[in-house]
Amino acid sequence: MKRKWNWPLWVGFVVAVGGLFSYEFFAEFPMTRDFPWANLLLFGIGAALLLVGLFRAFGRPQVYRGKVFGSIFATISLFLFAFFAYEIFYVLRQVPLSAQAPRVGAKAPEFSLPDQNGKSVALGDLLSPNGAVLIFYRGHW
Amino acid sequence: MHVAVISVDSVEINRGHSQKMGFAFPLLSDADAAVIRRYDLLHRGAGPKNADIARPAEFYVDASGTVRWANLTENIAVRARPEQALHAIDAAKGGRRD
Repeated sequence: MKRKWNWPLWVGFVVAVGGLFSYEFFAEFPMTRDFPWANLLLFGIGAALLLVGLFRAFGRPQVYRGKVFGSIFATISLFLFAFFAYEIFYVLRQVPLSAQAPRVGAKAPEFSLPDQNGKSVALGDLLSPNGAVLIFYRGHW
Repeated sequence: MHVAVISVDSVEINRGHSQKMGFAFPLLSDADAAVIRRYDLLHRGAGPKNADIARPAEFYVDASGTVRWANLTENIAVRARPEQALHAIDAAKGGRRD
């Protein structure tokens, strides 16, 4: 008898891969960037489906396929999740202490830098009449 | 109130980015990171090809040059949101919105 297609393994794998690669999309929105709810949910759904598929494959191997490729899918998914967790919960938090950065009540250090038109802009030029917001960022790449 | 953004990006990159996005505020180029160092915001080797770049940080500086709000994130993915910045600035100015 031909064994049945074990769809939860395939769908679970695709969802888990989506959990990693959709980060670029979800990072556009503060709610799903500050904490990666959406990606963790996708990984969770993927893991549940893969487990269902593996139980089928190993529990009823005469009915369902997927012992070998199911194990491979599950292992790859686990590595993808480990990579995601390492990047999100470790690498992104390796921010310098900046202990000497200006604190509330301190004078902001002077500067003069070229703007996008090559015109020099000093902190003093920005302060009147109501002060300035200075945003330091990692750059555009 | 003025807004200025600062990074190690070159004037050329900033010009292209600003034109593409239609930004009206100055994008300041601190190519050698001298000002970023002065503010102790250097993130060594964190940029492309291990370049030194700025870590994300936001400040409100009042008309006298005094810092009235500073936001130094501990997670690169978590930045100040516009409403958070506006609320902090309103509070620093004693509720005036101007």
